[in-house]
Amino acid sequence: MKQELTGYPLTLDGPDRPMIRFADVSKSYGDLQVLDRLNLDVAEGEMVTIIGPSGSGKTTVLRMLMTLETIDEGVIYVDGNPLTHMPKGDLLVPADRRHLRRERANIGMCFQHFNLFPHMTALENCTEGPIHVLGLSRDAARERAEELLEMVGLIDKRDEYPARLSGGQKQRVAIARALAMRPKVMLFDEVTSALDPEVTGEVTEVIRKLVGKHNLTMLMVTHQMGFARDISDRICFFHNGRIEEQGPPSELFGNPQSERTQQFLSAVNEAI
Amino acid sequence: MTYPEFISAHGPRLLDGTLVTIQQTILAALLAVLIALTFGMMKISPLRPVRALATVYIEIFRGTSLLVQLYWIFFVLPLFGLTIDKFTAGFVAVGMNLGAYGAEVVRGAIQSVPRGQWEAGVALNLSPARRMWRIILPQALVIMLPAWGNLMIEVLKGTALVAMISVADLMFAARQINGTTYLSAQVFGTALVIYYVLARFGITPFMRWLERFVARRMGRV
Repeated sequence: MKQELTGYPLTLDGPDRPMIRFADVSKSYGDLQVLDRLNLDVAEGEMVTIIGPSGSGKTTVLRMLMTLETIDEGVIYVDGNPLTHMPKGDLLVPADRRHLRRERANIGMCFQHFNLFPHMTALENCTEGPIHVLGLSRDAARERAEELLEMVGLIDKRDEYPARLSGGQKQRVAIARALAMRPKVMLFDEVTSALDPEVTGEVTEVIRKLVGKHNLTMLMVTHQMGFARDISDRICFFHNGRIEEQGPPSELFGNPQSERTQQFLSAVNEAI
Repeated sequence: MTYPEFISAHGPRLLDGTLVTIQQTILAALLAVLIALTFGMMKISPLRPVRALATVYIEIFRGTSLLVQLYWIFFVLPLFGLTIDKFTAGFVAVGMNLGAYGAEVVRGAIQSVPRGQWEAGVALNLSPARRMWRIILPQALVIMLPAWGNLMIEVLKGTALVAMISVADLMFAARQINGTTYLSAQVFGTALVIYYVLARFGITPFMRWLERFVARRMGRV
């Protein structure tokens, strides 16, 4: 990452500032350019879905927001503050660990392979962060976790270990676990891709419930076009590390402008 | 002298020695675990000097003879003003030696905990220390326990060397009895059986139980 950045604001202010902003973000692994000067704003409360062929940088976008990947160039802002960088005088310098820890508290993430902690029950998975990171009392954390497990329909499984849950149930616990941290932004990284087709519905139903709640901003990567079309405010089609085309679902699916988008969508439709 | 006569004459001394061997084994094992956890985690530290220190320790203690290390701790350290009684020197040498082997076991186990578990720890914003302690180590424990079963038997066998600095363990007792009676076959045969019984009916069942216990706590059963 470049040492010091100039030409970018230290914070984003004003009533119409986005919840998430990618400003000229690039990333490559060796010769492979994963993201190529990406610019993307997501408004507070907005649900944005990223679609595109594999290797187009979709997942990388989410992983950068969760600070699981570093960026090579540009800067990412979340809730007005720089995430990848921190202000030092008039400049932005790469974020240190403390800054990352503070800023990523705004963000929650659900993974393709759930990543539940196998040695903790569903409830313990959901109370670990609230107790040890947010400093909630055991009772308060438990109450919060039970409320969320209720919401995802798994209150009766609270004392089960993940090994005894089905894939769909695991992913719902994972959603509850992430929400228990009260993030402002939720990231869903192909959360139904590892599931049997007949149980994807129970996970998408939960995500559907979250839309428009608590002003939660959501960014999702998925291959389920029908679901994306249903619930997204905006769809971004990624190709070669750039946004090839974006717009409301009806426009992007109904009347795609770019040839790449048309090719991708017709390939997806044929697969179904 | 028949074997029963041999046992009634020398059994008590062998028993005393066996008790010392058990004490040495337990203390050395605890020390080895402590050292292995410390240096195993240092080995994957993001800080280069910390990693280097762990590598030096592991290489020195794995790469040189346990007997020489024992002599160093008991005979050479006093020359630098650090005198340790022989009982302590015994289990410390064995523990430090096997701890170096254990450090590699710990490192390997920690690194084979799936990446997703580390990432989930980041996503929940757990501090690195808490992520290691609450998320990674418990899972690494399950992975490393079978290898520890082997190491614990090595610890037991390693303690036989403490006889060389006159710790009155089983081997020491056996050598003394042999020196006065010349009944080599009986005395070393008996010692052999005792070491085997300790490993086979002491350590192995204990480690199996521990594996099952941990698996249960991990929700695997």
